[in-house]
Amino acid sequence: MNAGMNSAMNAGAGASGARLTRRFNELKQAKRAGLVTFITAGDPDLDTSAAILHGLPAAGADIIELGMPFSDPMADGPAIQLANQRALTAGITLRKTLDMATAFRAHDARTPLILMGYYNPIYRYGNQRFIDDALSAGVDGLIIVDLPAEEDDELCHPCMTAGLHWIRLTTPTTDDARLQRVLANSSGFVYYVSIAGITGTRSADQSAVKNAVARIRRQTDLPVAVGFGIKTPQQVAQTAAIADAAVVGSAVIEKIAAGIKKPSRKNQIAADVHRFVQQLAEGLSGA
Amino acid sequence: MNAKIKTPSAPPESPESYRAGPDADGRFGKFGGRFVAETLMPLVLEVERAYHRCRDDADFKREFANYARDYIGRPSPLYFARRLSAHFGGAKIYFKRDELNHTGAHKINNTLGQILLARRMGKTRIIAETGAGQHGVAAATVCALFDLPCVVYMGETDIKRQAPNVFRMKLLGAEVAPVSSGTATLKDAMNEALRDWVANVDDTFYIIGTAAGPHPYPAMVRDFQTVIGTEARAQLLEREKALPDLLVACIGGGSNAIGLFHPFLDDATVRMVGVEAAGRGLDSGEHAASLSGGQPGVLHGNRTYLLQDDDGQIKDAHSISAGLDYPGIGPEHAWLFEAGRVEYAGITDDEALEAFQLCCKLEGIIPALEPAHALGYVSKVAPGMDADSIILMNLCGRGDKDVFTVADALGVQL
Repeated sequence: MNAGMNSAMNAGAGASGARLTRRFNELKQAKRAGLVTFITAGDPDLDTSAAILHGLPAAGADIIELGMPFSDPMADGPAIQLANQRALTAGITLRKTLDMATAFRAHDARTPLILMGYYNPIYRYGNQRFIDDALSAGVDGLIIVDLPAEEDDELCHPCMTAGLHWIRLTTPTTDDARLQRVLANSSGFVYYVSIAGITGTRSADQSAVKNAVARIRRQTDLPVAVGFGIKTPQQVAQTAAIADAAVVGSAVIEKIAAGIKKPSRKNQIAADVHRFVQQLAEGLSGA
Repeated sequence: MNAKIKTPSAPPESPESYRAGPDADGRFGKFGGRFVAETLMPLVLEVERAYHRCRDDADFKREFANYARDYIGRPSPLYFARRLSAHFGGAKIYFKRDELNHTGAHKINNTLGQILLARRMGKTRIIAETGAGQHGVAAATVCALFDLPCVVYMGETDIKRQAPNVFRMKLLGAEVAPVSSGTATLKDAMNEALRDWVANVDDTFYIIGTAAGPHPYPAMVRDFQTVIGTEARAQLLEREKALPDLLVACIGGGSNAIGLFHPFLDDATVRMVGVEAAGRGLDSGEHAASLSGGQPGVLHGNRTYLLQDDDGQIKDAHSISAGLDYPGIGPEHAWLFEAGRVEYAGITDDEALEAFQLCCKLEGIIPALEPAHALGYVSKVAPGMDADSIILMNLCGRGDKDVFTVADALGVQL
């Protein structure tokens, strides 16, 4: 692996975070891009959500993002908004999300698990207590949407000191001058948000994404994952050709939403999600 | 009982000036900041740079002052409420009459300032959020004035409650976008406006309606609203040759209150009380008192006091006044609260209704339900004050919009 990644590792993540580095090394050896799947913890209910989570690696997810539900998900589109509401109605809390992570880690030691969400539930839980509990749950990194580089003293620095990866979002509005600052305290990988917009809406123009990924690569050696608006196996394959990983979120969530609407499929939701993730992963078998 | 004042456990030492904030990071002490998604961050920084240029620009100030005079009708009068003062039998009560502004509330001071800024930034589309509809109307008004398309996000629950204001916005040419996500109220309207902004960063300016949101909004909205306190201070000094003993203003997000308080913050003899909506009582759980009943948290781009549960999920606010019905408060108020410079009290729905009726009957002024909360507090403290002491209260909105709500609450069929 390259020097930048090693230095980011040293600065950022300890034993727990090493899983993420190892996974990107494995992908590199296999000469393929990775599939990152997002689900919201507790959606549509705690048991189904746990079943979905546990089956994701076998279905083909290389890295998992687990959403920490929040009442006011400002950067998310309708699909993930509803997922947050379903999960909160079902009684999820940040503590229960961490418990889900612990249970997952008990039977899967290799798949990187990233928690993604908004700052307030963590702030209320207590930043240091959260970092400690996330580490002991076997969490590898965090993506916190409403903590830009300007607020790095809040959680980014304590996380990196403790050995949790701090994965940063970069966007089409992040210009070169700003990119330097955004990447300065990034570790694990860089998440390129391919559209200026919310989750689950438009899809980006591929040539624009290609240019953006190249622009990021000029400034960092960290792997680059691309997300927002990736919904089909074809889009996953296209993204895989230009990035180190493709992130699919809202499209996975929509399988859950569809399952709830059809009473006959209700106990099939986990299986339906896993089948869809399998289809997404099929586009990635060797580049 | 709800007029009791909550004081923080250990007030920090007084700063040299209470008017110096925010710092370069947009912080008032630990409150404020810029807690937004990366997509918005470059835009928020651009607004900050543009605002700082305009704030110090003589042309901008002249333009604002001209429209404030000719279009809003400023300065608003300072009025001695003789009969109410006599009724309470204590302090002299003065009203700052911001309900006489064009559109009937203080909100337009801010929308005027922000649209002038948006024009200078070359933005061609305006978005806004609204709860009661007062800020939405004020935003739609200045968009009509300057011929800019305007989308106002409004929760579906509020659209039902505030039908006349919805129609006003439409008459003014704005599109009212219903918000059904979350609890379909003001906080969700603000979420939806932020989502729109993220998707339209190139051409759109977001006119936030209160002194909250990511830096520079809390400072910028405050600055546009300090026209209230600056005028009132000069008017009272001329009339009474004295500063007021007590300032009182209602607080939802807190823009009218900070606008009144800020020019007086370094006048050590002036006490200030911000009046939050205690709804059905602070112990009922159904209120909008973020300081008295909330805890620090992060929402809508800033750290401030929020109504939230133990898991950090935002709770719904309740108040009979839709304009106070917000689960947060501007970050400068959170700081002034912890610094002990401003005191904060709660007035219930019932107390506000009583004050509302009293103001109608004794002064011939139908106040909005929002400043009726401020008057509810005045009614508790004025009788105990000396006859030569002065209370200055911001009458920040007129009550025409509230007559249906009040009739309903009083059991009157219209």
